[in-house]
Amino acid sequence: MLDLTFETPKPKVIAGAKHDWELVIGMEVHAQVASNAKLFSGASTRFGAEPNANVAFVDAAMPGMLPVINEFCVAQAVRTGLGLKAEINLWSAFDRKNYFYPDLPQGYQISQLYHPIVGEGEIIVDMGPGVARRVRIERIHLEQDAGKSIHDMDPAMSFVDLNRTGVALMEIVSRPDIRGPEEAAAYVTKLRQILRYLGTCDGNMQNGNLRADVNVSICLPGAYERFQETGDFSHLGTRCEIKNMNSMRFIQQAIEYEARRQIAIVEAGGEVVQETRLYDPDKGETRSMRSKEEAHDYRYFPDPDLLPLEIEQAWVDDIAASLPELPDAKKARFVLQMGLSEYDASVLTAEVQNADYFEAVAEGRDGKMAANWVINELFGRLKKDDRDIADSPVSPQQLGGIIDLIAKGDISGKIAKDLFEIVYTEGGDPAQIVEARGMKQVTDTGAIEAAVDAIIAANPAQVEKAQQNPKLAGWFVGQVMKATGGKANPAAVNQIVSQKLGL
Amino acid sequence: MTELNTLTLAEARDKLRSGDVTSVELTESCLKQVESADALGAFVHKTPELALDQARAADARIQAGDAPAMCGLPLGIKDLFCTKGVPSQAASRILQGFRPEYESTVTQKLFDAGAVMLGKLNMDEFAMGSSNETSCYGNAVNPWRRAGDAAALTPGGSSGGSAAAVAADLCLAATGTDTGGSIRQPAAFTGIVGIKPTYGRCSRWGIVAFASSLDQAGPMTKTVRDAAIMLGAMAGHDPKDSTSADLPVPDFEAMLSGDIRGKVIGIPAEYRMDGMPAEIEKLWADGTAMLKDAGAEIRDISLPHTKYALPAYYVIAPAEASSNLARYDGVRYGHRASLGQGDGITEMYEKTRAEGFGHEVQRRVMVGTYVLSAGFYDAYYNRARRVRALIKRDFDQAFAAGVDAILTPATPSAAFGLGEMAEADPVQMYLNDVFTVTVNLAGLPGISVPTGTDASGLPLGLQLIGRPWEEADLLNTAYALEQAAGFVAKPQKWW
Repeated sequence: MLDLTFETPKPKVIAGAKHDWELVIGMEVHAQVASNAKLFSGASTRFGAEPNANVAFVDAAMPGMLPVINEFCVAQAVRTGLGLKAEINLWSAFDRKNYFYPDLPQGYQISQLYHPIVGEGEIIVDMGPGVARRVRIERIHLEQDAGKSIHDMDPAMSFVDLNRTGVALMEIVSRPDIRGPEEAAAYVTKLRQILRYLGTCDGNMQNGNLRADVNVSICLPGAYERFQETGDFSHLGTRCEIKNMNSMRFIQQAIEYEARRQIAIVEAGGEVVQETRLYDPDKGETRSMRSKEEAHDYRYFPDPDLLPLEIEQAWVDDIAASLPELPDAKKARFVLQMGLSEYDASVLTAEVQNADYFEAVAEGRDGKMAANWVINELFGRLKKDDRDIADSPVSPQQLGGIIDLIAKGDISGKIAKDLFEIVYTEGGDPAQIVEARGMKQVTDTGAIEAAVDAIIAANPAQVEKAQQNPKLAGWFVGQVMKATGGKANPAAVNQIVSQKLGL
Repeated sequence: MTELNTLTLAEARDKLRSGDVTSVELTESCLKQVESADALGAFVHKTPELALDQARAADARIQAGDAPAMCGLPLGIKDLFCTKGVPSQAASRILQGFRPEYESTVTQKLFDAGAVMLGKLNMDEFAMGSSNETSCYGNAVNPWRRAGDAAALTPGGSSGGSAAAVAADLCLAATGTDTGGSIRQPAAFTGIVGIKPTYGRCSRWGIVAFASSLDQAGPMTKTVRDAAIMLGAMAGHDPKDSTSADLPVPDFEAMLSGDIRGKVIGIPAEYRMDGMPAEIEKLWADGTAMLKDAGAEIRDISLPHTKYALPAYYVIAPAEASSNLARYDGVRYGHRASLGQGDGITEMYEKTRAEGFGHEVQRRVMVGTYVLSAGFYDAYYNRARRVRALIKRDFDQAFAAGVDAILTPATPSAAFGLGEMAEADPVQMYLNDVFTVTVNLAGLPGISVPTGTDASGLPLGLQLIGRPWEEADLLNTAYALEQAAGFVAKPQKWW
């Protein structure tokens, strides 16, 4: 596999009243497993169903009902682990996390505290061409989602929707390797990108498919390096956890706010209290949800309804063999084998559909040219219409056809843009359109010479100026293009104009 | 002619197949007994219409020549089993009004095999108790009385209703469940047979959970042969229960030869408790002699961690129960407390659970919550799990050394008086399980067989413990013991 080299970014530094401060951030991302059925029941996971339509007896915790693991969800977690270059634990186990809440019918969440299915891995978080942060993944475990309590339907009553109850989540836990708000957002972006490539999570943050808890602390410059060397957390500040964020923008804002809040406390001689906080996007601030003292005692213990989850190495190997090419490998290939800039390669690999489209266009053609057309023309045009690549009116074959016409010299780049617009709005085969509408570029030097001659004859004063200042030859080129309806080959026109003017 | 309700499963089955009786006749005979036995408090919900419908259907099957193992045989079902459309409350107020929309796997298998359900049977609330006194319906009563003494005795627990119903011939057999002895102890107290199969042999799906890693369903019957017949119908792999074993179910009845020559029977030294009543000692010695006479080799063995079993059990079972019972919160089904002005969700939980759970259940939920809580988890729950592993290892080593079955007393005493333990320390009650909990902790099959009576004429039982998954062999040894003991006494009808 190809690898791009990168430098490590500098940590974000926030200037306090007395010192400069650095941030240390770790994240726990809850990613909903892409699966038709729930983790321990056959109920559907379809979003937007009528309340309580997707509920099996076990989801509602009816007496005597038992969970049975959904093998597909396990495969998705393994796939995710492999995609994050992580260790797969062939033996894992489920534990119960006990707490009371009406949207948690069992009174416990089935999770994996002691023996997660996935161990240590990593994510290369891109911060720009040639700059990236390697963030270590501590673990990934499978767990059940809770339902939803609805408090605003009735003044006196609360309602519960159990559709989400028991849906499979992967909790992806990072090490405290993230060093600023932008890196945190970039981490989630990259993680989401990989999950979408793998097909293990839709990553739809608005629907709550991907939610992040962020642990933030501050430290003086140099402290983090001492922590890295020793693994001793006492070098770092006390952390606060900001719960349940589902927007990249809010993640950045919350971290920024939280860091400044902690700096203000410490510089005023106070101490940061370890606690769970919530971000209020309207006020742009975090506020305390519960302190360490009020923290739940979840009374975790191994779930006696489920046997330990034992999987075979051969099964893991089969999944590994079916993994798609992932963003880092694809980007490196685009750069190192197709000659793209890292920036263009990043844009094209952001979504696998974009990359697939690009590769279809680039097949047998110049990669850079294909990249330019896909990024500048196609993406620009789609964005204008707020359309997705999946419903692009221009197919890769059509865009390839346009590029072929340019490469053959049949049309100029300028005409090609007109042609693209025709194909985009009206459809059709680019070569046939060019033929039918007489858009082919004039490469016949005789015809160009005649046009140049006519313009020189009609504009003696301009000829004199141009001969004194060769830069003005461009005016003749423009006139020729105008006279030929833009179809003249610009290179040929340039050459003939210079020659006729004796430049 | 013998009253039909007094038949064993095997006898009734043969009469049904030969056309001597119909299931409707059998069922009516039992229903009549049930109607006249309210003083026993065995049935908490009677289902005569359903029973007769099932009996008619069974008769049709028999006539059509399709008579599976349990066809037409009237049973009582412990209230812990969820039965579709029929109240299933685990004898708890918190499940007031609960009628499941599903049928437990075990009862479904019994119905598929043609069984008839007479109704639901009394039990300790959520199967937590050894005397049937924690039931929200009030206690069941043992059909046996001490000679010349009308004092009401416990039928044992938690499957007290099942034991009383079978012993009093209200039904031909009953389902029970056993988490720490809840089949074997009441069977011993009422002079019947009860087997707890290997953990994973019967599906737990649809049985209200008490302690998931220990709970196991089993039959409570008049004879060992009946236990073999009924266990065959209850057992089998169920993909809906992850802890159910994917193993074939042998024809247990066919393997009852009574021949135990050459079998090695272990007699564990650690079960000889201080202060054990002389009659229990004698019962055990007599049983040992019977097996020896039948050709078995008797071997003294040691199960050194036995003394830690009861404390470990009373940590693990409440821990699991505290979590299993969290779902009874008044939100979705069962009892919900009426709330006062300004009461919120916390008050709803507190009041509902305070009203819905009886004291013993509350005690165990609190103990379980405590032993799992931060700072105590390692000292209690984890230590208990380690003890459990050692207890299992004791048995593994005994079996590896060639022991085929282990003989112990089933209970430390005969049935005690109802209310006798009311003032006692709860631990006194827990001591009833001293010989049975080890079997649940190790996941082994155990069977209680009536082999004698005490001085006041009350039945006493011995327990045989077998190798995992070898219920067939265990039943055969129990059959030999049953034959040798020749226990045929029946309670004098007073109800």
